[in-house]
Amino acid sequence: MSYRQARYEVPLILELEDTVGEDGPESELPQPLLRDELRIPNLRESQVTRHYFRLSQMNFGVDTGFYPLGSCTMKHTPKILERVASSPKAKFLHPEQDWSTVQGALQILYELQGMLATLGGVHSVTLQPAAGAQGEFTGLLIARAHHEDNGEKRTQVVLPDSAHGTNPASAAMMGFDVIEIPSSEGRVDLSALEKAVGEKTAAFMITNPNTLGLFESDILEIARIVHDAGAVLYYDGANLNAIMGRTNPGRMRFDIVHFNLHKTFATPHGGGGPGAGPIGVVERLDEYLPVPVVAYDGERYYLEHDRPKSIGKVRSYLGNFAVLLKAYAYIKLQGGDGLKRVSDRAVLNSNYLSSKLEGVLDIPYNGLRKHEFVASASCLKERGVRAKDVCKRLIDFGFHPPTAYFPQLVDEALMIEPTESETKETLDRFAEVMREIVNEDPEITRSAPHNASVKRVDDVAAARKPVLSFKMMGR
Amino acid sequence: MDSEEEMLRSLDMKSIDELFEDIPEDVSVEEIGLPPGKSEMEVLNDIEAVLSRNKSISEMPAFLGGGVYNHYVPALVDEILSRSEFYTSYTPYQPEASQGMLQALFEYQSMICELTGMEAANTSMYDWSTAIGEAALMAARLTRKSEIIVPRAMHWDKHSVLANYCKGPGIRVRAFDYDKETGKIDIEHLSSLISDNTAGVYFESPNFFGIIEDEVDAVKDVSGDAMLIAGINPISLALLKPPGDHGADVVVGEGQMLGSYPSFGGPLLGIFACLQKHVRKMPGRVIGITDDADGKRAFCMTLQTREQHIRREKATSNICSNESLMAIASAVYISVLGRNGLRKVANECVARTKEAARRIGTLDDYLAPAFSAEYFNEFVVKSKVSYDAVHRHLLHSGIHGGLPLKSHFPELEESALFAFTEVHTTSDIDRLVWALEGVR
Ligand SMILES: Cc1ncc(COP(=O)(O)O)c(C=O)c1O
Repeated sequence: MSYRQARYEVPLILELEDTVGEDGPESELPQPLLRDELRIPNLRESQVTRHYFRLSQMNFGVDTGFYPLGSCTMKHTPKILERVASSPKAKFLHPEQDWSTVQGALQILYELQGMLATLGGVHSVTLQPAAGAQGEFTGLLIARAHHEDNGEKRTQVVLPDSAHGTNPASAAMMGFDVIEIPSSEGRVDLSALEKAVGEKTAAFMITNPNTLGLFESDILEIARIVHDAGAVLYYDGANLNAIMGRTNPGRMRFDIVHFNLHKTFATPHGGGGPGAGPIGVVERLDEYLPVPVVAYDGERYYLEHDRPKSIGKVRSYLGNFAVLLKAYAYIKLQGGDGLKRVSDRAVLNSNYLSSKLEGVLDIPYNGLRKHEFVASASCLKERGVRAKDVCKRLIDFGFHPPTAYFPQLVDEALMIEPTESETKETLDRFAEVMREIVNEDPEITRSAPHNASVKRVDDVAAARKPVLSFKMMGR
Repeated sequence: MDSEEEMLRSLDMKSIDELFEDIPEDVSVEEIGLPPGKSEMEVLNDIEAVLSRNKSISEMPAFLGGGVYNHYVPALVDEILSRSEFYTSYTPYQPEASQGMLQALFEYQSMICELTGMEAANTSMYDWSTAIGEAALMAARLTRKSEIIVPRAMHWDKHSVLANYCKGPGIRVRAFDYDKETGKIDIEHLSSLISDNTAGVYFESPNFFGIIEDEVDAVKDVSGDAMLIAGINPISLALLKPPGDHGADVVVGEGQMLGSYPSFGGPLLGIFACLQKHVRKMPGRVIGITDDADGKRAFCMTLQTREQHIRREKATSNICSNESLMAIASAVYISVLGRNGLRKVANECVARTKEAARRIGTLDDYLAPAFSAEYFNEFVVKSKVSYDAVHRHLLHSGIHGGLPLKSHFPELEESALFAFTEVHTTSDIDRLVWALEGVR
């Protein structure tokens, strides 16, 4: 065992008593508008510092250790990205500033639109969506506007059963009926697809490589079937890290593409966000992009609002600027050649680790993987050990657990994405630890973790009687 | 040695290309088509050169608000946000590895509840506008009705975003007017729009014109069974009665003011809070309290069966990545300011704003504030000359004026919305007043 997480009992800030006296003048506002009490304690900076510092020590990030969370692309964030985004010339820009005072920011956005269009093989890009799921939502708004323009009411979105949860959720949010088609051997079943699509189909959404880490080699045939039905082909870009410099969504004949900048383009995930989910579209869908579009007339950068067919806005202002700036820096740092090396190494690491785990866990679906693969812990069931237990046990060794129980096609799934950031030594060590876990006394696995800041957390109890705030604690 | 060759050999491969043999020839590309990479130093220099073409609001007094405000960010907020245990982590799916993030987010939820008078809060929406969209969807879900009523006096981006969120289920959005004299809600008009089909009534206080709505109880009365959704500026709640006191069901708002920089409008922080009885229908991630195997207090994500990764097309929202780090910034901000500090910031906003209104109001060419009701940290200035000319004159004088309103509120003619916070010094306001005076 090599890892021991900090273990403090940290009371809630709201549980603390005042250590600084009440001060401050009366408000100038009329008394009837004012609140009676505010239950926020007055504390010393030293207390607050220690509080959050200790909490940070009870948290595991990519900087702490290997974080093979499948589908999430937890790669190293080059530290220069943080430095760039902390420039006062970026932080202290108000989104409503006159265009003449934000030429630098608009230039960054304009160039990033172009770089992503090149990378995606698409005609044009909007940077507005705040995350991948919002990119999906935006893409489906565009698909809907496009079909309506053609006088068609298409009511269904088709997707494979391996699709990420946001795909069906975005489709449903946009009012579409969701049609899920079964996979065959881990890939899209062409005959099932052919049966599922038709004049009601607005879009078919997939990611390629898919969530099993397998490349959909029939992609052009898939595109033909979808386009013949008059539907649009939507690319969930969460897995773009696998293919840069080898293929691109445009070449694969996708019509709408989202990019998860917090995955492929190394912007840190912030414990859940912020991310950014720009989308790119083919030329015939350009006119529907959200407004404003960042444009350039050869002299100045400006915001183009006058686009009568635009879907409007999906979020205020221009998107998560600080995140976009970091992704811009990352692309500049890597360049075209570097991004190709990124994908090459990500895929090498994944295939290497998958081969190392053969014989330790079941690895369904033979053949090449792309940037991730899915293993199954079902062989441990008979010893009373579940995928979840393996996950918790990995923490004891200083590894963040993989994504578990997704995709649902694989029993006791462990979805492992090493990313290009990891060395061979780390991958070897991970495989070795996995072998140790698989062979250890099941009781040790089942009661893991032992070295984290808490023992196994009872999430069932949490859901049964939700306590979501200090108030709901009865305070 | 970290040897790619060795790794390839163990895979029985001679070159990396073999790993990509499953990508058919007819979709493959030779190269990406972007220029080669640069060194860290070159990238930094290049980007700083581009950014230097910006004129930031720390280089000129700027009086912009309308949803995003420049407040002082205490050094401790930056310090904690730069802890890479936090910022390089993913969503805390594995509670045992992520207690720090989970507790900090729980603290954020709790603080938002204290400020708003709600009982539960999620860990964030993308921004205020999408929080309104999600609140509309939630109201329709809960009431099984299909109309939502919102203020016409609302930022145009929010109108547009809301319309898009309502497209899926086909929710009809109707807008109530404001009182032309006071700038407050036109309750009569609102009341005339309410019907058996009203799922929710959304209002903002302070409203888009900076006005504090003082008849929220009347709004609640006329809304009947519809859900009452309040939009707030959290800084104002250091002083003002929380919407919870007036019977709100849901509170949404922008949290950027709590420790995040304006950052050209992103990342922002969508606040979303509600009453306990609605939590199973709310969107987004929530953190709950539970025990670990030793009976020790622990935190974890909960009510996940509302979420897309479990419930797929039946989820309450499609949101996955959110703005958690900004929620942490808020929690640290609120903690380090405390009750004293929050009130002080809010009081200073009021004081600066009143001082500016008094002084601009004495100028012949301006009506300020243009509305008569009480306001918080911004107000509408109406100019006798073209506001466009005023705007350009101010820029010329090294000042960024308010947010021009004419294109979205033509009835307000030559108007702009001016915002003030504790960062504005008396000399900033002096400069503004002098420059306004010198327009002709
Ligand atoms: C395959 C896939 N699609 C979509 C998403 C959603 O992206 P985001 O979290 O940026 O909304 C994810 C993220 O987890 C994903 O892995």
